[in-house]
Parts: sequence; structure tokens; C-alpha cells
Amino acid sequence: MIPLAFDYEVAESVDHAIELLGQHGEEAKLLAGGHSLLPIMKLRLAAPTVLIDLGRLSDLSYVRDEGDHLAIGAMTRQCDLERDQTLQEQCGLVAYTASLVGDPSVRHRGTIGGSVSHGDAASDLPSALLALDATFTVRGSNGERTVAAGDFFQDYLQTVLEPDEVLTEIRVPKLNGAGWSYKKFNRRAQDWAVVGVAAVVERSNGSISSARIGLTNMGSTPLRATAAESALAGADPSSVAEATGSADEGTSPSSDIAASAEYRRHLARVLSRRAVEEALSR
Amino acid sequence: MRRIQMTVDGRAHVAEVEPRLLLLHHLRENLGIGGVHAGCNTTSCGACTVHLDGESVKSCTVLAVQADGHEVTTVRGIMDNGLWHPMQQAFHEAHGLQCGYCTPGMIMASISLLKEKPNATEQEIREGLEGNLCRCTGYENIVKAVQLVQQHSNGQAQPAS
Ligand SMILES: Cc1cc2nc3c(=O)[nH]c(=O)nc-3n(C[C@H](O)[C@H](O)[C@H](O)COP(=O)(O)OP(=O)(O)OC[C@H]3O[C@@H](n4cnc5c(N)ncnc54)[C@H](O)[C@@H]3O)c2cc1C
Ligand code: FES
Ligand code: FES
Repeated sequence: MIPLAFDYEVAESVDHAIELLGQHGEEAKLLAGGHSLLPIMKLRLAAPTVLIDLGRLSDLSYVRDEGDHLAIGAMTRQCDLERDQTLQEQCGLVAYTASLVGDPSVRHRGTIGGSVSHGDAASDLPSALLALDATFTVRGSNGERTVAAGDFFQDYLQTVLEPDEVLTEIRVPKLNGAGWSYKKFNRRAQDWAVVGVAAVVERSNGSISSARIGLTNMGSTPLRATAAESALAGADPSSVAEATGSADEGTSPSSDIAASAEYRRHLARVLSRRAVEEALSR
Repeated sequence: MRRIQMTVDGRAHVAEVEPRLLLLHHLRENLGIGGVHAGCNTTSCGACTVHLDGESVKSCTVLAVQADGHEVTTVRGIMDNGLWHPMQQAFHEAHGLQCGYCTPGMIMASISLLKEKPNATEQEIREGLEGNLCRCTGYENIVKAVQLVQQHSNGQAQPAS
């Protein structure tokens, strides 16, 4: 269980990382916490010839209050998200979801930037960020661009990141009065989600004004439950069960050792109801 | 090969390593620290748990080069002047082990857990140790050992009246 040999470079800055990516081409990979990349390299499912370590870029580890939103540096570890008071108060969904990732030792290494860039549909933070309408700041040799979470995830482990681009920052809105929830369903301690559901619900005058629902492990990318979202918009809280009955519409979950596709669809509906109900109670 | 320098159990070590060398293997094979156990090698069992800058990590999923310039503590380095660490003492007293394979990792994860959550509830202790598997004890006595450390340190903080 050791990776194939590779060369190792330490990035001294984001620009240096971009330069190194440019020099080494598509065979190079960025290394953040290494808790997705190293396991697949050990299994020889990935064999980059160069690793560019972002681990020294402590200036990419932060949570900042920027008025109506919070800015999170890509190298902020999951354990830092979990403990961060500003996040807990202003965008509890991110802090809470981070606390459900793997186990404490995983969260001491794994970063939010790695969770997003890896593009794993079974990963918890991406669907929460999707439900939050987060935006991602990405920098490459052609300069900086901002990508909406909804446009970022393309296919199984594929994102819009170009080979020479680095994700530098994640921006999430302050939730103010909106309710939130994340429901992760798994069978054993420390497992990945069989299905997970993130919900952000806004209320006005006793009814639901809008609901945004992100789905974990319901297809090749993190997804939004758009049909259920439309059914919830303007709905009375008493009709949540009915409205979330369409939460699996438009999804294409896989069947595997943990669950059948049909069971995943069932879970998506049930967990969406529970998540929206919990969000309404917050 | 790459030159790295790290402090392991209080002593500085310099080595020339291949970038793909895992911290686990560096500690066991280059530094001879057999107390760092290799279990699953797939980040699942926690037998290889050590502290990196005071926080628990699974050393089978950290490259030795990533620990360059950092401080590593293994189960070998937690004794103080020949005396067991309170967590070791508690595992002994509460019989928190049988075969002992998971124990070094379990102890390192437990120390890290109480550092972050000194007043962890029983549920929080169980969740805090979810990355460490034990095939022998059924976990009951491991949880009791961690609680014993909590009781002892609360006792110390509040002098007996
Ligand atoms: C035992 C175990 C259990 C786990 N359980 C869960 C779980 O329950 N839920 C969950 O969501 N995750 C889980 N994970 C995954 C974990 O959260 C990873 O840490 C995370 O997915 C990747 O973050 P990282 O910093 O480790 O990234 P790395 O592994 O270093 O990188 C992952 C990928 O992203 C790229 N990358 C990293 N950072 C950047 C960047 N800034 N810009 C561009 N590209 C970048 C890398 O090149 C690589 O391709 C688990 C992992 C393990 C080992
Ligand atoms: S050997 Fe590292 S987690 Fe099992
Ligand atoms: S004591 Fe044997 S595995 Fe834990």
C-alpha cells in the first residue's frame, strides 16, 4: 500500500503553485490534506508523477467576515471549520457538515478546498455548498475567475478546474434568519454517506418562501433537488412531506454494496423531509 | 530523495527520504518506533495514529515529506520521566485493551480527543474515537478508560474538600 514514485514540490505561494502546474503539465497534482488523493494513489487508482504540496500555504487557511458573506480559504481544514465561531454563528450548515466528515483524525488533515476540488458526489461539504449557492474563487495562468457551486461540478470526480488552476477561496452567504440542516445517513461509524441531504429554508409570514436542497451521493455529482425546491416555494410548512416526495426527481443514484438505487431514492425523499422540517425548526 | 527534518518524541531527526514514503513507515522502519502499529493501511483502523503538531492523524495517510519541519509524537514519547501518561495508566486500570494491537493508536486518539473536548460526554467519546477500530474489547472499557482520565483530571482541578 504505497504510491507509485513521484516527484515532490512545495508551493511557496498560489502563484508558485500555478507556475509549477504549468511546468509539469497534466501529470502533476496538487496535494492539500491528502485524504482523498493519497488513498487513491496507494490503491494505484491515481499515479501523478509530480505532487505539488499546498501544505505550507498557511495564508489560505482562514474564515473571514466580509459583510453579507463569509470567505473561507481553500486550505482551511475540516476541523477548523467545525470549531470556527463565526461560521457556527453565521453559517452553521458549513461548520456542522464539516463535523460529520470521516473521523477527527481525517478532519485534522482534510481541507475544504480538497473536498470541493476532488468533486466526489459522496462527499458531504459539496452538497451543503450547493444548497448555500456558494461561489468558488479559482486562479490560474489566465487570471482569476469566480464559479458558482452550481456550475462547478461536471461529472464523476470532474470539475471545471483547468489543469493549471488552484481553488483559493469559498464564499458562503450569511444565513441570517434562514433555517438549515444536514442529514447524513450511514450504517456504520466513520462511513461515507449512503445519502446526505443539505437544506437551507427561508420563511416569511409562516410559510416557506424558498428552500434549497443539496443531495449527496445521488448521482455522479452533488445535485440540487430542483423539483422539491419548486414544490416547497410558497408552501405551507404542513405540506413539507408531500413537497419533498419529489426530492429524487432528476437524480441517477448508483446501486452498490451500501444500497440499491431504489433505496437511495427513498432515502433522498425521507431525508429531504427531515432536513426541511429541521431547518424550519431552527 | 528529499531531505527532511522533524522532531519525533522530542528529538530532532534528519533523513533523506523518497517522497512516497509514508510517515508510518518512516517512524517504524527508519526510526525504529515499533509502537506505531500498521493495521489496515487504508485510513480506516487508526492503529497508526500519532500526533502531528499535537493533533491526531493517521500516519499511513501522511507522507513523511508532509511532516517536514513539524513535530510528531508517538506513543513512545508520551511517558513523563519514566511515568506512564495518565491515558496509559487509565487504559491499564480500566482494562481498556486485550490483544493491544489497537492500543497505541487508541491512546493517541484519546489524548487528542480530550485535549479538544476535555468534558466530552460518553457519546462524544464514542464519536471522537470512531476512526479507531478495536476487534477485541467491544469498546466499553476503552470508553471507561477515557472517562477515568476525565475524572482524575477533574479531581486535580478541584482539590478535595
Ligand atoms: C477514512 C476517510 C473517511 C472519509 N470520510 C469522508 C466523509 O464522510 N465525508 C466526506 O465528505 N469526505 C470524507 N473523506 C474525504 C476527506 O474529507 C478528504 O479530506 C477530502 O475529500 C479531500 O480533502 P483534502 O484536503 O484531503 O484533499 P487532497 O486529497 O489533498 O486532494 C483531493 C483532490 O483535490 C485537488 N485539490 C486539493 N486542493 C485543491 C485546491 N486548493 N485547488 C485545486 N485542486 C485541489 C487535489 O489535486 C486532488 O485531486 C474521508 C476520507 C478518509 C480517508
Ligand atoms: S493503518 Fe493507518 S488507519 Fe489503519
Ligand atoms: S485490544 Fe485487540 S484490537 Fe483492540
